[in-house]
Amino acid sequence: MQSRTSENGLAIRAENLRRHYKMGETLISAVDGVSLEVRAGEFIALLGSSGSGKSTLLNLIAGLDRPTSGNIFVNGRDLGAMTSEELARHRRETVGMVFQAFNLMPRMTLEENVELPLRLAEVSRTERAARVLEALERVGLTPRRRHRPSELSGGEQQRSALARALVNRPQILLADEPTGNLDSRNGNEIMRRISELNSHLGMTVVLVTHERALAERFAQRTVFLADGKILGADANLLAAGEDAEPASRVP
Amino acid sequence: MKREDLFELAGRNLREAALRNSLTTLGIGVGVASLVALLSLGAGLQDLVGQRFNRSGLFNTLGVFSPRDMRSSETRSRDESANPAVLRPLDDSVRRDIAALPHVIEVYPEIRMQTDIGFAGHTLFSSVSALPPSARQSDAFENMHGKFFSGDQAPEVVVQTDFARELLEAQEIPAAEDTGSPARPSAPPAATPAASPSFPGKAPGAGATIARTGPLTAPEAAQLLGKEILLRYAERQQPAAAIAPGITPGITPDIASHAAPPTASARAGAPAKRPRPGDGVSLEAPGFSVVRRELPLRIVGIIETAPYAGLTGSSNSRVFIPVALAEKLRPVLPSSLRDLMQGTQPSETTYQALVVRLSTPTYVPATQEAIRKIGFRTFSLLDATRQLRRVFAVLDIFLAIFGSVALIVASLGIVNTLVMSVLERRREIGILKALGASDGDVKRLFFAEAGAMGIAGGLLGVALGWLIGRGINFATGIYLARQDLPRESILLLPWWLGAGAIVFSIVVSLLSGLYPAARAAKLDPVQALRYE
Repeated sequence: MQSRTSENGLAIRAENLRRHYKMGETLISAVDGVSLEVRAGEFIALLGSSGSGKSTLLNLIAGLDRPTSGNIFVNGRDLGAMTSEELARHRRETVGMVFQAFNLMPRMTLEENVELPLRLAEVSRTERAARVLEALERVGLTPRRRHRPSELSGGEQQRSALARALVNRPQILLADEPTGNLDSRNGNEIMRRISELNSHLGMTVVLVTHERALAERFAQRTVFLADGKILGADANLLAAGEDAEPASRVP
Repeated sequence: MKREDLFELAGRNLREAALRNSLTTLGIGVGVASLVALLSLGAGLQDLVGQRFNRSGLFNTLGVFSPRDMRSSETRSRDESANPAVLRPLDDSVRRDIAALPHVIEVYPEIRMQTDIGFAGHTLFSSVSALPPSARQSDAFENMHGKFFSGDQAPEVVVQTDFARELLEAQEIPAAEDTGSPARPSAPPAATPAASPSFPGKAPGAGATIARTGPLTAPEAAQLLGKEILLRYAERQQPAAAIAPGITPGITPDIASHAAPPTASARAGAPAKRPRPGDGVSLEAPGFSVVRRELPLRIVGIIETAPYAGLTGSSNSRVFIPVALAEKLRPVLPSSLRDLMQGTQPSETTYQALVVRLSTPTYVPATQEAIRKIGFRTFSLLDATRQLRRVFAVLDIFLAIFGSVALIVASLGIVNTLVMSVLERRREIGILKALGASDGDVKRLFFAEAGAMGIAGGLLGVALGWLIGRGINFATGIYLARQDLPRESILLLPWWLGAGAIVFSIVVSLLSGLYPAARAAKLDPVQALRYE
């Protein structure tokens, strides 16, 4: 594994990053000239309303998407120059992802879901078992390891998704609205655990959210996004806050 | 992803849509089964016919003749330039040369003689043919009473059913007093169905004196097996050779009248018709002398139909002896007389015809060419097999096309199932990719699923095809048994057909998986994971 402190301690560096989509005739600029630096071990929140381009930016960092122009470096490596095989490796080894919709495999048990990234990384069977247990232990779901996602509560599902994101010991955790489908109690618990990963393990965390309160409470730094652009620094904080949807949208 | 994990995940995915995937697999199975059944029909028929013909020796056998024996007008016209005097005689050196050719299994002389056979005090008449050891494979020996010759030179004889009946009848009638008499009886005993010399080779009176036809019963056969018959023949001796004591060679003054006709008839292409040189008549000529001999032979087998043993047709022979034994006897044959007429050195043994047996009919043309180069005429029925093989090739192609149609339909089923699966598993594919699966991993996963369906379908299909074959064989077996015919395998499933069908099934399945797998691999994870 590369050193986390490569490129002057920067985990992520985006330079004039753009991602454009064609939707029929219209061109949508999901990410439109974003330049951003995230230090290794930092907890950063990308705050913005839906359609602000925050998820697209996260997907670019994750290597799930490729920039239309500009550069994105993760641990000093240019993701735009990577082959799809190298990007897959980047997703396997460097980043871990948590989604709003949990995205667990419905027909697999918790154990098997958590094991999946290890299979993709070709980790040996014996080591897999140990690491799955360790990850489930960390999120407190060891007793539920033989259950299927449908038999679990939303909070438990997100915790298993978090365990799955951790199991390959990535340096960067990318969380896309992790609390979006959870009530405030479960949401807070997930955030507390993510925060712990950042403070105890020194994991770099990029949190995408539209909840300003959440961002302010857990992140060390908040970046505001609107229409695919970063809105200055704290000066625009207020304006971005107005754009963001109500913070207390709990199902 | 490691291969074991890939297969495990693929197996998991297949189990999750168990019904759909089993139906798809069943479809492939039925396709493979139809292909296998049709091709086994082709293979079975080909084998049936090919085996019959090969065993009969019709197509892997060549006849070799000396150009001096003008057998047909065609040969004569082609050999007009050839001067018989300078041509090599068909002798032992030629026989060795031919035996040394590649793929030649055996070379044996065609020996047939019309002669008297003594049994239970009676004299019967028959044509006697020599059989090579390979004749044992002939169909004629399939359901025989007794067994084949115990050795190459065993003093044993196998008789044909008609002749066996004559023997049985002779046994019942009190012995005539002509046993051992050197002279042939001027008139055969009234009740004895001895052959008239004017109809050699036939079974004269068979219809009149033998009430029953068809195979002998086991008790009837038991009466004959192990009994001895006396083969009377004329031995050709060198003039210098001492005449064995106890045997008085008769001297006949009319050499020419006996010697000339056989030569002529041999030239006319009917060597079967010839005077009988035995019967106490000895030729004392510049060439050789003829001595009357008797040889006791034990009946070891009774067959229903005569096997194919030579080229001029042994089907009218009713008594068979081992070829090596026949050679040792040095009987007077039409060729002996020809030698006499043509002034061949008396010390040489020349053959009227040699029969060359090859490992397979494939080598017939090359061998024919090689023998022609040595300077001899050949004869084979190869053209007939060539025609036959062409018919089977066309038949096989047709059967394969019909069989493949079902498999193609089944392969469309795979495409359909996997495309459905890709659509259904969009999100799962997206998750896999987000977790770090490469395009190749996803592609391989779908390939593994297609391949697994191919393997399962192939195995199922071969098993099903085999069962169909067994069923048809069983049914035809019953039908053939009712018709009083021997049971035959109409469908034959050789190992290569089974293995080939499974491989074909896997290949077809993988080809069917190409498109769905590519589609799955190309799936954009961002789109697939978009929260709806």
